[in-house]
This record gives sequence, structure tokens and C-alpha cells, in this order.
Amino acid sequence: MGGLVTEKHVRYILSIEKRKDDFMSVVMEHLRMNGAYWGLTTLDLLGKLDTADVNEVVSWIMSCQHESGGFSGNIGHDPHILYTLSAVQVLALFDKIDIIDVDKVTNYIVSLQNEDGSFSGDMWGEVDTRFSYIAISCLSLLHRLDKINVKKAVKYILSCKNMDGGFGCTPGGESHAGQRGINTQTRGGHMEVFCCVGALAITGSLDLVDKDLLGWWLCERQVKSGGLNGRPEKLPDVCYSWWVLSSLIMIDRVHWIDKDKLIKFILDCQDTENGGISDRPDDAVDVFHTYFGVAGLSLLEYPGVKPIDPAYALPVDVVNRIFFGNDKKL
Amino acid sequence: MHGRPRKTLEPADAEALSAKAEKLRSLQSLFLANHHNRIYDKEALEVSAKLLEINPESYTAWNYRKLAVEHCLSRSESNPDSVKSIFDEELKVVESALRQNFKSYGAWHHRKWVLDKGYSSIDNELRLLDRFQKADARNFHAWNYRRFVCALMQRTDEDELNYTEQMIGTNFSNYSAWHNRRPLCISVCRVEANDVDPSGVLLSNLMKRKAEGYFPKEIVLEEEYNHVQNALFTDPDDQSGWFYHLWLIDQTVKSDAPLLVSSWPSPGSTITLDGNKCLHGCGSSPLYCTLLDTGILPVILYFNQAVEGINSSTVTVKSELTINEDLVWKPLSTNKLNTARVWVMYLNLGNVKLQLSKTYPIEISLGHSQGIVSSSGYHYSHPSQISFKLSVQNAYTELPDGKGGKLTLWENKNFQKFEHFQEVDSIISGGQLITGIDHIPTTSNWSAETIDNEINAFRVLLSESDCKIGKLTLARLLTAYDSISSPHAKGMIHAEEILELYADLLKSDPMHSLYYKDERSLVLLQQITSTTESLLQYCYHYRGITETLDGFVCLRLQNLSLSRMGSLENLLWVQMLDLSHNELRSIEGLEAMQLLSRLNLSHNKIGSFTALGPLRLLKSLKVLNISYNEIGSHSIDTARYLCSSPLSHTEEFGWDRFEILNANIDAANIWEAFLIFKSLNLTQLDVTGNAVADENFRSFLVKILPTLKWLDGELP
Repeated sequence: MGGLVTEKHVRYILSIEKRKDDFMSVVMEHLRMNGAYWGLTTLDLLGKLDTADVNEVVSWIMSCQHESGGFSGNIGHDPHILYTLSAVQVLALFDKIDIIDVDKVTNYIVSLQNEDGSFSGDMWGEVDTRFSYIAISCLSLLHRLDKINVKKAVKYILSCKNMDGGFGCTPGGESHAGQRGINTQTRGGHMEVFCCVGALAITGSLDLVDKDLLGWWLCERQVKSGGLNGRPEKLPDVCYSWWVLSSLIMIDRVHWIDKDKLIKFILDCQDTENGGISDRPDDAVDVFHTYFGVAGLSLLEYPGVKPIDPAYALPVDVVNRIFFGNDKKL
Repeated sequence: MHGRPRKTLEPADAEALSAKAEKLRSLQSLFLANHHNRIYDKEALEVSAKLLEINPESYTAWNYRKLAVEHCLSRSESNPDSVKSIFDEELKVVESALRQNFKSYGAWHHRKWVLDKGYSSIDNELRLLDRFQKADARNFHAWNYRRFVCALMQRTDEDELNYTEQMIGTNFSNYSAWHNRRPLCISVCRVEANDVDPSGVLLSNLMKRKAEGYFPKEIVLEEEYNHVQNALFTDPDDQSGWFYHLWLIDQTVKSDAPLLVSSWPSPGSTITLDGNKCLHGCGSSPLYCTLLDTGILPVILYFNQAVEGINSSTVTVKSELTINEDLVWKPLSTNKLNTARVWVMYLNLGNVKLQLSKTYPIEISLGHSQGIVSSSGYHYSHPSQISFKLSVQNAYTELPDGKGGKLTLWENKNFQKFEHFQEVDSIISGGQLITGIDHIPTTSNWSAETIDNEINAFRVLLSESDCKIGKLTLARLLTAYDSISSPHAKGMIHAEEILELYADLLKSDPMHSLYYKDERSLVLLQQITSTTESLLQYCYHYRGITETLDGFVCLRLQNLSLSRMGSLENLLWVQMLDLSHNELRSIEGLEAMQLLSRLNLSHNKIGSFTALGPLRLLKSLKVLNISYNEIGSHSIDTARYLCSSPLSHTEEFGWDRFEILNANIDAANIWEAFLIFKSLNLTQLDVTGNAVADENFRSFLVKILPTLKWLDGELP
């Protein structure tokens, strides 16, 4: 087995920007803000953030901000909480958070909290625990977590807890008498678990998670090939190296999986010729899986990859700078 | 992209794809122009519909269509037919988008938005869902949407549960062939266990409501056991039933309502206090140091689950001691909701005039009023009392300076086994749950019988196939059985068998070996602490070189391959603990040991300072040995979010204190150690044998721990 082909991955990421015309790039055009976060975070984890043009990125991000304070996935699209977090994360990578009007962004997110503590993704009212995580993570990075009702937000997330210790995207509580039928929500697996555990981590509420139960469910996501799947009896996929692994780390149960086997699985998913990482060995690569693969290796303490913070999904040094930097002394 | 093969395209394919991209790009710019200019005519709507058919993820286009609907409604408000047709058009667009990608969040949400307006018929929705669910029985978007539709239709839980069974039934047109089609039977259970009701909420809702004769908990659970057993027995490697089965065991064994498991002091005990010494007094009764040598006595309540609402109105303390100040109960946790399994109250005896050789009865009662609530909303409802006595041998006096500064040694020669068990019996039983707390309801016969039946079933399974889930489940069942059927008089009767099962699993499933190791540690600790006799084998006299500590009881749990802690409810009395030469990565739960003043964690696998977070809640800790661990060797800190810190908004950093240290180190590099040690008052610390422990770090420690008298066995 070969090692991580860092140089090729860096070249692959830098090349994506130049291939704006192929079909997948057009399909993904509306979520370029996510793409920027995936690509640039990967570069940073590989120690190559300096290959990106800071000014170009920052000015593009700022042109995606709307009057409401929210950011859109690309110029011309509508604002959404998903892209607002990505924008803040990328600015954090470059230590440029001070460029935005923090109160304006904060007001946008605060306006999306609902009476029951949950969050909508935008003005159209789709509710999902993913948005709770995003709101909490984003406000925390901006040092404005106190602007929302954290207690209610946490209670809402806890109401989505499942029998296997995981979480769904909406609750099983009985808060709305007229909606009893909706109450039981299916486990979305991967992403919802990460979002709920991440939100509870950032709000200091991990005591309320049954770590052993959730940990067992998560560690049984590892299949014989070493890869992780998102739900029982599904195929492994590199992206769960992030979703599952980061949750296992936050609840201190990551030793329950075989790390070496997972490292091997991720490395096997590399395109060693042209760079990039795919969902499974020999599939087509993309920036999303390249990010999740490298982030996974980072969580597995792979040499030469910078450590990443499991809750904020940013390099540890970036997060530490935000919370323990010298400017905090004032 | 998921599941797309990695290959270079044929030239013809590449050309076609490039043409497709061109078409999509022009649609997109056309659409965005319409959106920005607020054009909602037929042609413009057509553009957005085409765009969404090709790319259902284009969220702005869904937003645009909602704006368009609102625009059109404002112009045709009076005509119900045209209103309905506006919404029907939206449903069509969603349907064609879902055909392209049925995982599109935007499409499903658009459909909900339309249905919520109340102009469209919901009758078609279930049929539409049938199609998607047949194509992919596990599509959770479709299941979520189904529940939304059911709510709109106001269907009851009972109907829903029936429906799921019906739906499965209609798929088996030839029902008589059922027993020949076992794989289908698994899929029944899979649907039930994983997709229909993964949270078990539907069932537990019904059980809670106890709908008339429909769902007594016992009958429901028995049926569910049968279902899931079928699945597990047919294909033990299919995980679908695993988690459901564990949930069933939990439902069978655990009580919903919170219970008090143990306390310190324990009911009926006599606590003998000595003003400033901890001498093993005249003969039989051992003495307790008061906490921190400051006259503070902790009172600990240990519950079976996290509760909130412990305060002076829900817990009353009766005593002839004149305690002037309000009694404050503290949760031993760091979460934001003020819930914890363990609560402590510090009785300040330093300010109270105590008469020598007199005993003071103290009575603590709780559960008389509502107010103590578990995090799942159940009330503590068993009125219960804990009565204990305090007696004082010497008047409390301030400890003279310089005393208690002698080095604590952890070598074998400093420890001596007890010759007479009764010497320490009163201490040990002083913290045990035993039967002293009389309100723990005897578990129903039904629970014990059910678990017993399951045990037998899994023994049969294991005799037929040597499967992992069979062993793991049997180990769990035996553990559950021992904890409900033999309350501590007999100890853990199945301990040996359980430990053997885990040893076996460790070998046969090496990928998860550390999971089994952790489980094994819990069982081992449960066994050790299950009876006074077994616990006594691990208790030693400490014979230090100073008389101050002479007679201290030390619990020595070394060299046991422990990888985590457990059974702490039985160890609340411990003041000196040796956990060295184990494989501990975490000391979660240790915060319950409020009397602990000396702790040896050397030669373990502690990977970071944050993993020592529980120690910050131990007010009495003086001596700590963390030498030969892995602190500083890991780039990823797995306890980063379990320890209170600014990262989790549970604690301010304390810049004032940090600045005073003048440590010349970046806070970003040392915040973990700073947070841990700033709240400890150690007199003795050993850190050698950790990657972090260089000279710089040692000088930092000396600054942050002004009380320190010994660092790595030397004067600092």
C-alpha cells in the first residue's frame, strides 16, 4: 500500500477551479461556497493553504453576502444558513473573520431560530437538526452564541434522540399536539448524528448523550474492508470517515474501531495518478470525498496531515486561534 | 459523487456531456435573470421547471417557484379552481424532480410546503410514496414525508403501526409460503426495526398511553422479542436487529423513573470525624478527614440516571446541628442543563460548634415533593430517607502549616493487607448501595423471566452458530440478569462466564477489540465491587513514612488491564486509590469520588490533560500521579469536548490568572493544562514519562500550582 499522495491531491484541488465547464461543475454551481470550504480546508490540512489566492477568495465570498446578512452558495443565488457557515469557516481559515459585519451575520442566524428551539435553513422554513448545528457552530465561531436561546436549541436536539443513541433530523417529542404522527423520524444516520453530537459538544452538553450506546452503533459502522458505512447493511463510503469518526472522537470512543484498517481503506480510495479521493476504491473522485478522506486521515493522526477539530470541522490551530488567541486577552 | 466508476470518458460521451453542461448552464443563467427581475410568466416558470428536472438540488429555483406561487395567488385569489391548478403544477414539478433524484431535500421540502397550504388533495400522496418506497425500502426522505402526510391526515399511532404491518403483508401475495421465505421475514423485521420506528417512539408512545388493552408493555415487548429473535436467528450477521434487541433489553430492565442508587454517607452509617488527623483511632472505628482539612463534609447522592431539580426544597436535611447557611446542592457535571447523575452538598462543619464524643443524627429525605426530574421527563417519586450519624473525636482546629506535606509513596512496601476484615468493613459498606436504601423496587418477576428466556434462547443460538452477536448479546443478558436478580448478597453469579465471553470476542472480532476490553473492564469492576468480601481483597493499609497518613485505607486496583472506570456508585467512600499499571484512557465518572485525596494513575494510556477533567470536581484531591502516560503524544484529543472549556462554552478561560503566571507560552498551546491545574490544589504531582513533561512545562506547573510541595518526587 502506498502512502498519501499529497502533492497530487493539492494539484487536483487547484485544478477544479479551472474546470468550470464540465457537467458536474455546472450541477454543483449553486453550492460553490461548500466547495470552497471543502477544497480550502483540505489544502490547509495538507499544509498548502498558501497556494490559494486569499484576496480573490475573500472578495468572492463577500459578493455572496445578502442584505439579510446571510450568504448564498454562489453569486446570484439565495442566502441559506448552509452557505453562511461555509463562508464563515473559509474566512476563519484565512484569519479574516474581522472583515464581515459580525452583528449582521448574527442577526440573520438569530432570525432563523423557531419557537421550539429548532432552526430553519432559510426564510422558507425547512427545519432540520443540521441547521441547529450550523447555527450553533457559526455563532460560536463569531463569539455570539449568547444571542440565541441555547437551552431551547439543545432541548430540541435531544428530542431527536433515537433508540440506538443516534439522532434523527426532526424530533419524537410531543410538543405539537396536532403533529403526533410526524413524531417518529427515521434515523438519517451519518450526517444527523454528527450534527447533533457536534452541536451538543459546542454547547457543553455531551453529558446528555448515551456515549456507550451511540459509540457501539457508530463503531459497528466499520465493515470488513475497514471502511465505515452510514447505516447498517450499507456500503462503506469515505465520507463517513468524517461523519462517523468525528462523532466517535467527540464522545471519546474512537478506540472502538480499527484505525489502521480505516487508514488503509481511505488510502485505497485515492486516485494515485491524477489526485483526489473517491467514495470507494476505483470510483470517480470529487472534492467532497477528497476533503472527507483527508479530514478522516487527520482524525486518525496520519503523519503529515494537520489535526482537525472534530466539532468545528476546522484545523485545530484555526479553532485554537479563535478561542485562545492573543487578541482574546482584552 | 457516489458510486460513479473512475474512468476517462469515451470522446463521444464526453461530447454529449459537454453539450448537456452547456444546456444546463444557459438554463441556469436564464433562470437567475428571471429570478432577479421577478419575472413569473409562463415562459419563465417553464425555465425553472426544466432546470429543476435536470438539477433538483438547485435550491434557489425552488425558492423562485414559491415566490412565483405567491405572486400568482395574489392575482387569482378568488377563483378556487385556478388556485388548485397553481399548486397542482408545483406537485408535478416536484414529482419529475424526484424521479431524477429522490434524495433531494429541496424537492421534498417544496412538496411539504405545497401540501401545508391546504389546497391540494392528500389522497395521492400515499400512492406516490408507495412507488418510492418500493424502489428503495430504506429511503428515509420518503419515510419522513410519509409521517408528514400522516400528520396532515391525522392518522393515529395505532393506524400507523397497523399500516406498516399491512404494507409488509400486501407485499407477500402468497402468504402460505411464508415459512419457506425466511429472508422475507428478515426484511419484515428490518423494516420494523430500522425504518418504520427506529427510535421506538411509536411503540413507547403507545406503551406510555397504555391504550385500552392494546399495548400493555409486557405483551408488546414479548412480540417484539419474537420478531427480532427471528431475524437474529435467521441471519445473525445482519445487523438490522442488533440495536433493536439491545433497546428491548433496556426496556425490560431499566426503570423509566429516576432512582437513588447509593449515597455517602450511606444509610445507617456512623461517620467519625477527627479534627485534623486521620489516625486509625482507638481500635475499631476508622476516621475520616474532613474535606480539604477545612471542616467540609461532602454528602453525595448517586442516581441511576441524570436528574435535575436537586435543591433545598426537594431534598430536606434534618439535624440538630445548627447549620446557618443555605444548603447548596451541586450537580457533578458540566453541561448547561444542570442535570447530573451525581449531586453533592458540602456541609461546612468548620463553623459549627460540635461537642466531643457526642453523636449527631442527620436525616436526609427526598421524593416527598415533585421537582426531581430525569432528563427524559420522569419524576422521582419514591419518598426515601437516608439517616446517618456524625461523631467527633477531636475538636476541629486549623492544620498547622507544614503538616501534610510529606511525600506519599505508592510502592508495594507501603501497603499492608488487612488482617481482620471488620477493620475496614464499616468504611467499605459505608458507601455501598447494599439494601440500605429500601425503596429500590424489586424488579418484577416478568423482567427476570423475560431475560432468563432470552438467555436460554441465545444459548441455543450459540450452540448452532458461533456468531459474534450471539456472544455479545448473551454477555449483556447475563450482566442484566445479575444486576436485577441478585442484589449484592451473592455477588455477580455469572461474572466468570461473562468475562470469558468477552475474552472470546476480543479474539474473534479484533476490529472492535477495545470495545470488548472496555465492556470487560466494567464487568470486572462490577464483580470486584459486588460484595464486601471481594472488595476487601483490594483494600490495603497505607503505611507511610509519616504518621499523618498512617492507617489510611487504600483501594488498589492495579494490573487489572482496566481500560475504563465503572461501578463508582460502590466506591464513594474511597480516599486513596491506586489505578496504576492499567490501560485507562479515560477516568469518566471519577468525579463521584468526592472524598478522594490521593490518586495514582501512573502507567496508563491517558492521552491528554482534558481527559483528567473529572479531577477538577474533586475538591479534596492533594496527591496525583500521572507519570508514564501518553499526554502530549497525540495530535487528536478525544476528550477535547468532554472537558469544560471555552470551546464548549462551559467555562471562561481565566485570562487574568494566565497573565499573572507570566509563563511566556502561547495560551493556544497550553490551555488544557492551564484549565485543569488552575482549579486543583495539589501538594504532590508526578508527571514524568509523558511527552509533554519538559523543563518549560515543569516551570509552568510550579507557577500554576503554588501549593505544590513535591514535583516528580523532588522539591519544586
